[in-house]
Amino acid sequence: MQNEKAKSAAITKKTHEPFIYITKRNDLPRLKAWGIRAAVLLIAMLFCALLVMLLTGENPINVFSSMVEGSFGTSRKMWNLLQSAAILLGISLAVTPAFKMRFWNTGAEGQVLIGMLASVACMFYIGDAIPSWLLIVIMFFASVIAGAVWAGIPGFFKATWNTNETLFTLMMNYVAMQLVSFFIMIWVPSGSMILGVVNADSQNGWFPSIAGQKYLLNVLIVALITVIVYVYLKKTKQGYEIAVVGESENTARYIGINVKKVILRTVLISGALCGVMGWILAAGTAHSITANSVGGNGFTAIMISWMSKFNPLVMVFSSLLVCFLQRGAGEIASTLRLNSSVGEVLTGVIILFIISSEFFINYKVNFRHKKHKEEVK
Amino acid sequence: MNQVAIELRNISKRFGRIQANKDVNLSVYNGEILALLGENGSGKTTLMNMISGIYHPDEGQIFIGGNEVSINSPHDAFNFKIGMIHQHFKLVDLFTAAENIVLGLDEPGKFDLAQVSKRVNEISEKYGFDIDPNKKIYEMSVSEKQTVEIVKVLYRGADILILDEPTAVLTPQEAGKLFDVVRRMRNDGKAIIIITHKLHEVLALSDKVAVLRHGEYVGTVNTAETNEEELTEMMVGKKVALNIQRPEPENPEDRIVVEHINCHSRDGVKLLDDVSFVARSGEILGIAGIAGSGQRELLEAIAGLQKLDGGSIIYHDPKTGREENLRDKTPIQIRELGVRLSFVPEDRLGMGLVGDMDIVDNMMLRSYRSGRSMFVQRQEPEALAERIIEQLGVVTPGTDVAVRKLSGGNVQKILIGREIASAPTVLMAAYPVRGLDVNSSYLIYDLLNEQKKNGVAVIFVGEDLDVLVELCDRIMVIGSGKITGVVDGRSTTKNEIGYLMTKTVGEEESTDAE
Repeated sequence: MQNEKAKSAAITKKTHEPFIYITKRNDLPRLKAWGIRAAVLLIAMLFCALLVMLLTGENPINVFSSMVEGSFGTSRKMWNLLQSAAILLGISLAVTPAFKMRFWNTGAEGQVLIGMLASVACMFYIGDAIPSWLLIVIMFFASVIAGAVWAGIPGFFKATWNTNETLFTLMMNYVAMQLVSFFIMIWVPSGSMILGVVNADSQNGWFPSIAGQKYLLNVLIVALITVIVYVYLKKTKQGYEIAVVGESENTARYIGINVKKVILRTVLISGALCGVMGWILAAGTAHSITANSVGGNGFTAIMISWMSKFNPLVMVFSSLLVCFLQRGAGEIASTLRLNSSVGEVLTGVIILFIISSEFFINYKVNFRHKKHKEEVK
Repeated sequence: MNQVAIELRNISKRFGRIQANKDVNLSVYNGEILALLGENGSGKTTLMNMISGIYHPDEGQIFIGGNEVSINSPHDAFNFKIGMIHQHFKLVDLFTAAENIVLGLDEPGKFDLAQVSKRVNEISEKYGFDIDPNKKIYEMSVSEKQTVEIVKVLYRGADILILDEPTAVLTPQEAGKLFDVVRRMRNDGKAIIIITHKLHEVLALSDKVAVLRHGEYVGTVNTAETNEEELTEMMVGKKVALNIQRPEPENPEDRIVVEHINCHSRDGVKLLDDVSFVARSGEILGIAGIAGSGQRELLEAIAGLQKLDGGSIIYHDPKTGREENLRDKTPIQIRELGVRLSFVPEDRLGMGLVGDMDIVDNMMLRSYRSGRSMFVQRQEPEALAERIIEQLGVVTPGTDVAVRKLSGGNVQKILIGREIASAPTVLMAAYPVRGLDVNSSYLIYDLLNEQKKNGVAVIFVGEDLDVLVELCDRIMVIGSGKITGVVDGRSTTKNEIGYLMTKTVGEEESTDAE
């Protein structure tokens, strides 16, 4: 018997324990989690400084200070930062209800663009016939409907036939871009394919300047959307239904939620909000349109929404940070005469660090104990 | 010929507090079929996973061909010529049979699919398989896919084959064909272990039967020297007194009358087959059966979650005396009829609760719709959460903890607490004590008894026969979607229920096919 025990012990020894093993943690206090995020951001900055030194030989402090300069150097630069952060934030908020429901809306780019197209079309066709305020209101509804339809088509297919929404919404982006090109071709008789500023003289359908700031209204509207989306997701019955459907469709069915209806409703809301952002871009920022007017914000918004864990308030900071990095990157390129890619590399590195910090928050990395190792020998 | 192919000595395996296997001894000779028999959760699959290198035993030894070995990975198992055919097939749908068979094999020489097909055909001919090596998996029936899995293992030269509940997915005719193949493999000198809980299959096919119960090894008998009664008794064991209370039902009256309901899976397999029964107020109706015999579909049909092909589910309202047919109604419609139906599903975190939401949000699942406001109100659910935590002794740091982070017993207390808070007239609970420790289990029995005393019609789906026999007033046994019997809880025995569980209607057909 003893002999047998010894033998079985020999077997246990033979099993090898990996050098590093990863365990899930589920009891990290919120404060500590934010501490980890802050620490990771700091490490990311240091890493970037080192990278810049090695790649370019520039003093990293110069690089960072010119990044700050690029965003906050003048009041104009600051307003530009605020306006681009507002657009990015607005689109992030728009995709969030769908994301919370685990509906991967990758079509924000197209939904915003189609909303923008609807507004610009209103400016183009009825721009001079009615007063500016009425035009802006009509543009709003046109954009909302356009965005909702653009999201609603894949949403309907998902709810009815369970098609893959990621691909469907993605492909709708290209349709939207082609539609914009098509209309520009009609609107611009010269064939240059560039639509100039619409209603440049009358400024009909343009947002008015408030307190002398032409982007202030943009920022205020997005601030309002932030509050609305926050309350909608956290405090309303519909927001609660979205969370249940997203976490577990089975539970939703069990308590009698009509899953199809919730999917369709949420996707329509998401698309409508994208439409609103298209309206702001048309009336408040660009007063014109190109196929690339949204400029990838529809995709960056996906990342912002995720990074912020679908929390609208955290999104305010995430979108500010990302816009700051983007603007700073541009500044580095021009003032230090570095290749413009350096800035993009730094942005990428910092965001990668932020995203990977989630890994350390959710998992604990354990190393094999030395003591155990000796035991095995 | 009669050489020991594989021998297990005193194998034990624990997962945390759960002893999955304890001191299991087994030996299989070449040219022999061993049936491994046991209820759900008796440790059959864990044991086989240790042989196939997925787990490693905590204690004990494994001998192959007389030599002690350590099987650390499925690759090791492959080197020892052990092949396992899993219940759930592991095949690439878009590949052909031949491609799946060689997938992952690192054979020296040129990759030649024609050569592979030739060898597959040789194997098929030898054992009597019916297989087209060039057919794609997605075009195949379940039985053909299983054939591919078996050929895959044989192609790799396995001498020890493990089949995990191979007939669960087959029609009786297909099962008969499979048995012929298995017998041919045995005659060829292979050692075969077949996991099953169908007694008639054990008796028809195997040479020896090893029985596990609650992870412990009960013994091995020669099939020729045993019978159904002996095997059932080995499987379910002697009666264990649990001293669960069982008050007499008071004025039971019919609450739910189910008549002739049927339903199909998407593949056309019958999940419920002409099921009829009555659940009465003030009574606990137990439902016993091998897992996956239709228990889930039955409860979900009553809860309005399962489409039915026919029949009726009549609810008798105790207050108004009205009769409502619940069939084809949604859960919301059922509630709007005033039917206070509570349901504790088997999948607690995936269905009854939302794992990532906190306790208060989970309380709201049932009640959030009340009121006309578009905003949710949290005071009442918060109060309910605190009441449940206090009354049922839920161990939690607070009401704002995600339920996923609580232990199994606490999760279940929260779910049952919520379901009985709405003063139900019908309470359905599927495996409510699965994974719970003894104290929590008794608390759940007390809660069910309390509901029974309040005149609730309780339906209890259980797996532990000792509990069913002590707790329930009547026990209904379900097998392959059919009711195989309804017995009185006070006079029945575990053996009687065990026999009804393993008896499948339509048994005769499969014996014909052999």
